[in-house]
Amino acid sequence: MENKLRLDIVTPHGLVLSEDVDEVTAAGTEGEFGVLPGHVPFITTLKVGMLILRKDNKTEYVFVNSGYAEVSPDKVVILADSAERAEDIDVERALSAKKRAEERLAQVEKYDFARAMAALERASIRIQIAERKIPR
Amino acid sequence: MPGLKEIRKRIGSVKSTKQITKAMKMVAAAKFRKAQMRILELRPYADKMNSVLTSLAKTVEIGHPLLEIRPRKKIEVIALTGDKGLCGAFNTNIMKAAFKLIKEIQSEGIDVSVSAIGKKGTDLLKRRGFTPRQSWLGISGRVSYLNAKEITGNIIENYINETFDEVVLIYNEFKSALVQRVSVVRLLPLAPVKAEEAESQELTAAFLYEPSQQAIFDNLLPKNLEIQVFRALLESQASEEAARMTAMENATKAADDMIASLTLQYNKARQASITKELMDIVGGVEALKQ
Repeated sequence: MENKLRLDIVTPHGLVLSEDVDEVTAAGTEGEFGVLPGHVPFITTLKVGMLILRKDNKTEYVFVNSGYAEVSPDKVVILADSAERAEDIDVERALSAKKRAEERLAQVEKYDFARAMAALERASIRIQIAERKIPR
Repeated sequence: MPGLKEIRKRIGSVKSTKQITKAMKMVAAAKFRKAQMRILELRPYADKMNSVLTSLAKTVEIGHPLLEIRPRKKIEVIALTGDKGLCGAFNTNIMKAAFKLIKEIQSEGIDVSVSAIGKKGTDLLKRRGFTPRQSWLGISGRVSYLNAKEITGNIIENYINETFDEVVLIYNEFKSALVQRVSVVRLLPLAPVKAEEAESQELTAAFLYEPSQQAIFDNLLPKNLEIQVFRALLESQASEEAARMTAMENATKAADDMIASLTLQYNKARQASITKELMDIVGGVEALKQ
């Protein structure tokens, strides 16, 4: 397919997504980056964040929990620890995870701050993605 | 010839054994399906990870402690077995391969240290007079990524400390429900990816790296090792349940055969005793007539 990007998102729990898309935007550790067909070969680490893909004027959001991205001119491979499409996100679980993380952050002396922080971030981004989806 | 009562007792005990093996087969089948699903899900990830590493290695000229090939003074052999038996030759195959490898290494005059994953492997090592450097128990049956992380962490630490200069893992690779193959892989040093192989695929374009080549390498190499170990754990898990399923299936069949032959024996003995009794009666009648 010309002027399309092949996007593969794979996790240890299976293939999440494999589609031809027009544009991908993802959260790298050094900042967000966008990929159009014909991009220079590029490898980066990913942080917890949102991946946006555009395909025939439709936009989809995917939650990506840290990993790597390998970009070649016609292909983007995302190796994530876990990933969920917006519609697959369990909002209730994310909400309770967020609450739990906030409680733990309030008692810093008892819990691992960094871990609670990371959990909070994951939960917040999940919720954000899931909610962005709803108005559409 | 055993008496009727003894045969009946044996039939009873074989029947209850059969029930046990049948139930174990069902349990193994259920566990096997789950394990198979997990390994099938992981494979694409592991393969993609490898291909990313390959394309990375094409352009990389920097070294990394995990890639460095040192003179082989001591080699670590890790045998991946299960915690439980009753799964045919699953564990013994691994240990056979392990002992063979150990002998080979020793005959080259290189030191060996052995570790085992799984209770069976640990026990067999001890019986052969080896002291496992490390043994991880309680993993088979509930493999999680954390297990792989722990094992990898231990291996990397000892490798960097130069406790050993090479790490070899022996595990059962899952081919299908009926076929498992003993697979011997070298975990460390990581095999350098062949440049000529890479070049044939596409012209090596310079990659951009974010944050930096070194940082990505530092991050990706241990991760890749973890995935490899995790994959081996899952492969072994699926193999174990498949092997157990086959073993229990065979045991159930053997029990069926045994019941059939015992029943035959029982009927023969019963018939013989009836015939004998009849002869006695007829003999008695004949005696009375005279």
